[in-house]
Amino acid sequence: MARAVSKNAKIGYTIAAWTVALVIFFPILYTIITSLKTEQEAIEGFNLIPSFTFESYQTVQSQNDYFKPFMNSVILSVGSTILALIVAIPAAWAMAFSPTKRTKDILMWMLSTKMMPAVAVLVPIYLIFLRTGLMDTRIGLTVLLMLINLPIVVWMLYTYFREIPGEILEAARMDGAGLREEIVHILAPMAVPGIASTLLLNVILAWNESFWTIQLTTTNAAPLSAFIASFSSPQGLFWAKLSAASTLAIGPILILGWFSQKQLVRGLTFGAVK
Amino acid sequence: MGQIVLTKVRKAFGEVEVIPGIDLQINDGEFVVFVGPSGCGKSTLLRLIAGLEDISSGKIEIDGKDATDAPPGKRGLAMVFQSYALYPHMSVRKNIAFPLKMAGMSEAEQNARIENAARVLNLSNYLDRRPGQLSGGQRQRVAIGRAIVREPAAFLFDEPLSNLDAALRVVMRQEISELHQKLKTTMIYVTHDQVEAMTMADKIVVLHAGRVEQVGSPLELYNAPANLFVAGFIGSPKMNFITGPEAAKYQAHTIGVRPEHVEVSKDGDGWEGKILLAEHLGSDTFLKVACPVVGEMTVRGNGEMGLHHNDTIRLKPRADRIYRFDDKGLALK
Amino acid sequence: MATRQTQSLARLMRAPAIILLLVWMLVPLAMTLYYSFLNYNLLSPGQTSWAGFFNYQYFYTDPAFFESIKNTIILVLGVLTITVVGGIAIAMLIDKPIFGQGIVRILVISPFFVMPPVAALIWKNMIMHPSYGVFADIAKFFGANPVDWFAQYPLFSIIVIVAWQWLPFATLILLTALQSLDGEQMEAAEMDGAPAYSRFIYLTLPHMARAITVVILIQTIFLLGVYAEILVTTNGGPGFASTNLTFLIYRAARLNFDIGGAAAGGIIAVVLANFVAFFLMRAVGKNLD
Repeated sequence: MARAVSKNAKIGYTIAAWTVALVIFFPILYTIITSLKTEQEAIEGFNLIPSFTFESYQTVQSQNDYFKPFMNSVILSVGSTILALIVAIPAAWAMAFSPTKRTKDILMWMLSTKMMPAVAVLVPIYLIFLRTGLMDTRIGLTVLLMLINLPIVVWMLYTYFREIPGEILEAARMDGAGLREEIVHILAPMAVPGIASTLLLNVILAWNESFWTIQLTTTNAAPLSAFIASFSSPQGLFWAKLSAASTLAIGPILILGWFSQKQLVRGLTFGAVK
Repeated sequence: MGQIVLTKVRKAFGEVEVIPGIDLQINDGEFVVFVGPSGCGKSTLLRLIAGLEDISSGKIEIDGKDATDAPPGKRGLAMVFQSYALYPHMSVRKNIAFPLKMAGMSEAEQNARIENAARVLNLSNYLDRRPGQLSGGQRQRVAIGRAIVREPAAFLFDEPLSNLDAALRVVMRQEISELHQKLKTTMIYVTHDQVEAMTMADKIVVLHAGRVEQVGSPLELYNAPANLFVAGFIGSPKMNFITGPEAAKYQAHTIGVRPEHVEVSKDGDGWEGKILLAEHLGSDTFLKVACPVVGEMTVRGNGEMGLHHNDTIRLKPRADRIYRFDDKGLALK
Repeated sequence: MATRQTQSLARLMRAPAIILLLVWMLVPLAMTLYYSFLNYNLLSPGQTSWAGFFNYQYFYTDPAFFESIKNTIILVLGVLTITVVGGIAIAMLIDKPIFGQGIVRILVISPFFVMPPVAALIWKNMIMHPSYGVFADIAKFFGANPVDWFAQYPLFSIIVIVAWQWLPFATLILLTALQSLDGEQMEAAEMDGAPAYSRFIYLTLPHMARAITVVILIQTIFLLGVYAEILVTTNGGPGFASTNLTFLIYRAARLNFDIGGAAAGGIIAVVLANFVAFFLMRAVGKNLD
């Protein structure tokens, strides 16, 4: 659709688009700005120029030990994604490269497990965690997040693997490669980008998961999502401090997210929109 | 060496029989082209020879040895795919080296062969690029390079030129022919384009619905097509077929007249007709003529023919160039 | 290539994922179903007894249940309307030739990466707070009385927050669909004399129909489960004014310790979700091969 447009029209569109974009981004921007204010400045009314103090960040760390939930978030999101990849890569591989008549049905069934509302299994999962001592442990939550994201991981990998053309595998076979060489020299290197994208998107999804993390943690295993939710109680209401904690919680994932725009569409629509 | 013998080779996918049973001998050093319309089984036949598909029954011998159950890598054959099937994550050099590496060849020997292949194919300057950075023609050459370094018993080509534009196709066609003359290795080439078949082949195998319709040199097929299908498939523009009383005059159910075997005159002997369309190509003129007696005819004349739309002309087939067929479509001798 | 050996290897490779998901789907669901027929309260664990359909009956006769269903529907429909209409408009704007398109895209997509508790806190305290929020600042600037959003319009406020989170998703997917629209088709319509709004109605919208369907269905699945936004802002109140089904069940299980009642609610949620999922599966399934 690259059509020549007059310069005036382009400027008009630019102003409109930037206005919309800034309005949408404003809550995030204002939070970042507020995190750089003093508590006094933060409640003095609308002001876009902070005094660029980092004291709120220091307070968040010293009073609430911010580092602990941060590390929990890292361990939970990366750990559950890697676990999911370990289970999903062989499965997606088998379904992409030696499909059977039922492959499509299996994939659809996997997708359907994603439709189950979390709240429907809240009771049994809560009781299981309570009775087996998994409550507030990282290992329990890691396995749970792995199960939640497994269908998406299998699906994404499947769609990526399917794009590796069959003729390339046949060429390798003609060139004398056995199954092992085929995997090591041809398939694995070609699959790496797809696996990386899948990893990225699922770390983001696991990082932001906030139903189970709030239900199944208290202090030890609480990731940022549960940590931040505890700020809703009155003693947490210091605007600059709250903004600093929020900025820290969303910062890393926001940057990762910017890199994953394309995979996002594909991963979240199960390949239905590319 | 590169002699390939197929005996009663049959292939069925589930219930569907794609190839009902083919016997074929391909001699060492021959350039054999499998040609036929899409869905005729020519690609399947090539993949059976390559070992990429298992045959349902029958036997494949390569250089006298039974290769029916040998895996593709052990048959000593190299293949050039329609999509080129280059390994996108490897440089040109590594692509070409891959079959040698799989064969466990020494580094020095590998390099010598790669350099040699690169020189033959004009790829020396591109060895460190990735396939994604090459043009279509260059990719094609890399695919061929990957095939020739193995010094295989035979090369298999699966419609290798169909992804190239028309001009490049002619160039690559000539390059492959020259390569064959240089290497003198058996080549089996699959195409749906009868011009490629005619220009490149020593021997053409015309396939239709999984059956071999005729095997022969290009001129044998042109001069003595065994049946209506081959007659209609080989030659461009297509042969004109005439049935009814005019055919009966030649004691045939159908007669065939090639467009180039018709004499055109303003007022001579032959079938009268009106020109529907005249295409002036410079070197040739193609006429589409409506004849009340024999139906619509395509005629090829010389380039300076001063004939136009709606002119009335007379068409006379050359008597020694009339092909006769019986009611089953088989050629009459 | 499909020899028997590779077939059994493939089966072995698929097995772990399938078994894990099978267990994950069946065991907890079976337990929920079982609990839903029990009188079981964590506060009096000794007095567990068979309840038959009492839990369902109790849920069904509870006025809070109907309010929560109503709130769930309003929440889902409200957010869908805002995100689809807004998404189409923004996608069409970003698709136009503009300066700094890459940055605009990044800014617009950002809210999607904000975790729900943070999104809720930002809106609750930075934007909609009756004394210190930006909306209050704006109201004061114009000399009006600031609105106490979460007390006066609790459900609406939550819809705004959730819509803000999902607007980027809708925009991104609709933009992807828009970019695959054939430019020549548009030019052909222009040559045929179709004005801009006709081109939008007869070409752009039908082209995006599939993407719009996908957006609606996927969002619905997630919107039925909105939880953290409610927990952080209104805690379901005042009364049950902003309690959806998910939050109601959470309340039964975690605040009232009513295992049987929460399980019955869970089964009702499964039935609702399946209703939506049925349509989603059909839409996505068509795209397979």
